[in-house]
Amino acid sequence: MSLVTGLLVFAGLALIFGLILGFAAVRFKVESDPIVDQIDAILPQTQCGQCGYPGCRPYAEAIANGDEINKCPPGGEATIKKLADLMGVEAKPLDSAHGEESVKKVAVIREDECIGCTKCIQACPVDAILGAAKQMHTVIAHECTGCDLCVEPCPVDCIDMVPVTPKTETWQWDLQQIPVKVVES
Amino acid sequence: MKTSLTHQLWTFPGGIHPPERKDLSNQVAIATLPLSSVYRVPIKQHSGAAGPIIVSPGDKVLRGQPLTAAELPGQLPVHAPTSGTIAKIGPGRVAHPSGLPDTLIEINADGADQRQTLEPIGDYQAFSAADLITRITAAGIAGLGGAGFPTAQKLNQQRPLEALIINGVECEPYITADDRLMREHALDICRGTMILLHIVNCERAILAIEDNKPEAVASFTAVLNEFPAIELRVIPTKYPSGGEKQLIQILTGRQVPSRGLPIDLGFLMQNVGTAYAVARAVEHGEVLDQRVVTVTGENVDKPGNYWVRLGTPVADLLAHTGFRAEPQQRVIMGGPMMGFTLPDLTVPIVKISNCVLVPSTQELEPAQTEMPCIRCGACADVCPAQLLPQQLQWLAKAKDYDGLEQQNLFDCIECGACAYVCPSEIPLVHYYRKAKAEVRTIAREKAQAEVARQRFEARKERLEREKQERLERHRQAAEARKKAQAEAQQQGAPNPQDAVQAAIARAKARKAALAAAKAKQEDDSSA
Repeated sequence: MSLVTGLLVFAGLALIFGLILGFAAVRFKVESDPIVDQIDAILPQTQCGQCGYPGCRPYAEAIANGDEINKCPPGGEATIKKLADLMGVEAKPLDSAHGEESVKKVAVIREDECIGCTKCIQACPVDAILGAAKQMHTVIAHECTGCDLCVEPCPVDCIDMVPVTPKTETWQWDLQQIPVKVVES
Repeated sequence: MKTSLTHQLWTFPGGIHPPERKDLSNQVAIATLPLSSVYRVPIKQHSGAAGPIIVSPGDKVLRGQPLTAAELPGQLPVHAPTSGTIAKIGPGRVAHPSGLPDTLIEINADGADQRQTLEPIGDYQAFSAADLITRITAAGIAGLGGAGFPTAQKLNQQRPLEALIINGVECEPYITADDRLMREHALDICRGTMILLHIVNCERAILAIEDNKPEAVASFTAVLNEFPAIELRVIPTKYPSGGEKQLIQILTGRQVPSRGLPIDLGFLMQNVGTAYAVARAVEHGEVLDQRVVTVTGENVDKPGNYWVRLGTPVADLLAHTGFRAEPQQRVIMGGPMMGFTLPDLTVPIVKISNCVLVPSTQELEPAQTEMPCIRCGACADVCPAQLLPQQLQWLAKAKDYDGLEQQNLFDCIECGACAYVCPSEIPLVHYYRKAKAEVRTIAREKAQAEVARQRFEARKERLEREKQERLERHRQAAEARKKAQAEAQQQGAPNPQDAVQAAIARAKARKAALAAAKAKQEDDSSA
């Protein structure tokens, strides 16, 4: 008799908890995977595809599913370190198969050579190139992420990747860089 | 709230008493520097964006003619310092510790020094605050105390004020530009203060002067009975009492909140030089095309204060004052505490250049080798912002930016008191400036990444939408075709399907006929 009571009690409890859990799963449903958002926030949003995925968010999803964290050359060591902290894994050196870390660059179209083919416009992942068919194109410099993707499609090779030079406002107080520090007598 | 501004004075934590050396340059009246042959006017001389250039090479300009426009808030015009011809517009070295080039407008002086002024405003009280602020912007006035924040922008706030504070403290050693200006132009400073009070709609101004400038105090006491709204406060000498937040603490005993502004407590601060420039701009229509610069140090023969046109190369200024360069001579723009070493002497004097210091090696030792921190805590004792300098230094070296923010790195006013007392000769302020620049870069990159992410997602959405629209168009076109056919059929037109069937039938018949003919031929040949 006591066996039946015990079974009934536990079956009842299981039912109640099951209902609560079922309700919570529907009521507090998480729309997207928060870890993907967190990883995406760390990635540099260059959208360059050097990692082998078509953009930063797809790579963030891949990392969440267990891909390596060292495939992002624009982010470099700093990004790898942050990703390692977030994912609780060991930081690794950058995988050179995906490229080397380099200074930030920006695309510049040599405008007199542009033939207006729109191929770079289609390649730009952040819509930072302005122009129309048979019209000159130009890069909106402050929107350019320096991803390099417009260089290859250009049939006349008129796009240069120019390193961003520091200005007085963006200077990093690197006093070693000043060419002359003292006045010669 | 009103009780906080009594005659009582408070003090701020920390601070230092370095040798003042002010008597080197404050003995003689302000002299006027003779005209240079070439002026180099940087288009950005204030904190904020530069305005668009409105002159081109070859143009003749008059003294006081604007070279750039101020179209957006935060922009300030720069003006021609003398009459002449625009020689070129292009990058050149400016007064910045980086030595990086910025856009300069080079003017060849014609020697005539013809001047154009704005319409003088006789009775400023008949004008609205907005009109006067427009005038102050047109005159290109930026805070002359050091930071160069556009004065108009500072005045253009709508919150009620308890008092306007006029800062005549000038606490940094060696510098006496404000001291001499106060001694010689007390009346104009008071008139400027009255104009500022009218603009911000406030009835009280506090003029603060350190007690090491008794002559300046005397010249104000002589004129102040004409200006009952202005109260004079003589404060004890201590560095850095002239810091905005420190001075408010001295005068009111209250602290400006971390990352806050004096306006949060109901105060607005302007430098005496700014008040003078406002008076000249409003009452005489003169734009800001010159300022008082202290030239001092043991390696100049004629130390003193000079009216220097903005854009004058430092070399011209030093040549006039009898500069004797020693080997490895440093030329410092600003004072010994907060100034920076100039990359070369072609850099021009700008709105925020209050001093050119040419010290001898005995006078101001060159930077020594940095030694390890011994945790003596002297830096924390003198920090006027009550930060922990050694903690900040370690965090800066470790690039721990979150930690730096937790330790309130951005409350550091870069006064240099910590580096001054450091027995290990650690260039602490340099580490903080570097860390601040890096934190700002990270924030900027993060903002850019966020924009890039939004643009990437917007583009993805757009491509997807365009694809859907294309498919939809194709579907609609196919439907329209079908519908048109059906309608045509109803109106008696032959069904295109029938035509196809007919064509197939015709082809079949032709094939059959051919086959029959061929069979007949074969029969004939075999027969």
